[in-house]
Amino acid sequence: METHRDDTASKIGMWLFLLTEMLLFGGLFIVYSIYRYKNQEAFHQAAHELDVVVGTVNTAILLISSATVAMSISAIQLKNKKFALFLLGTTIVLGLVFLVNKYFEWGIKIQHHIYPGSEVMAQRGQGDILFFGLYYFMTGLHALHIIIGLVFIAVVFARIWNDKISHDNFALHENAGLYWHLVDLIWIFLFPLFYLIT
Amino acid sequence: MENEKHHIVSYSTYLLILALLLVLTVVSVAVTQINLGTLTVTIALFIAGIKSALVLAIFMHLKFDNKMYAFMAIGVVLLIGIMIFITFLDYLYR
Repeated sequence: METHRDDTASKIGMWLFLLTEMLLFGGLFIVYSIYRYKNQEAFHQAAHELDVVVGTVNTAILLISSATVAMSISAIQLKNKKFALFLLGTTIVLGLVFLVNKYFEWGIKIQHHIYPGSEVMAQRGQGDILFFGLYYFMTGLHALHIIIGLVFIAVVFARIWNDKISHDNFALHENAGLYWHLVDLIWIFLFPLFYLIT
Repeated sequence: MENEKHHIVSYSTYLLILALLLVLTVVSVAVTQINLGTLTVTIALFIAGIKSALVLAIFMHLKFDNKMYAFMAIGVVLLIGIMIFITFLDYLYR
């Protein structure tokens, strides 16, 4: 049975979705920049409380995982199924490591009673509340995207395993890659804004 | 059914871009540890801009695909830029 396939349409659809994702985070970046402009000193001090080392390690992890996903698409086009599976597996492991790091990072902050609505936060200034509110919301939304991306890549992994995705039918694989790169792209901006600019 | 020709990017290209991205990350961390005042923000965002351009062009294949995708992506980036600009005009001159 011949099934109809339109790879170009599915890719355009994926891109349109990614563009709305960019607008979603773009809106948050506007909120961040205005609040930063209005509370420069507080944002400056609060950013010192975030661990640059953890942030840098997580940046490297995401960049490497993006490269492995991109390479896995080349591997599937070159009919190298095993290598494609290995690269996608690596991406999934790296994504999980990112989440574990995030878990500990948030955990330590929450142990120190730094989270929206805590009594310690209530005693601090408006700028601190805004900074950490945005920190939790934006990195949390980003972490949610990581989880969705991991599920997406796991589905692609299973379909390559079952030979449902192959060298002449990899539109889904490509779209999963695009999604993962977008998650990476957002982190490229989150990292300097929250960890570096102090 | 072949809709459009697919460009196969070599592994070495991806590894080269990855190396560049990692170097830029280290540079941005190093630069922001030095106190340069307001210049820090500009440099950090400039480097983030270069990094995202590399990811969009190579990892996301905008350089190799139909130019339509690149135009759409640039359009959205411009839209966000204009929104930030207009919002700041409002805050600076109200």
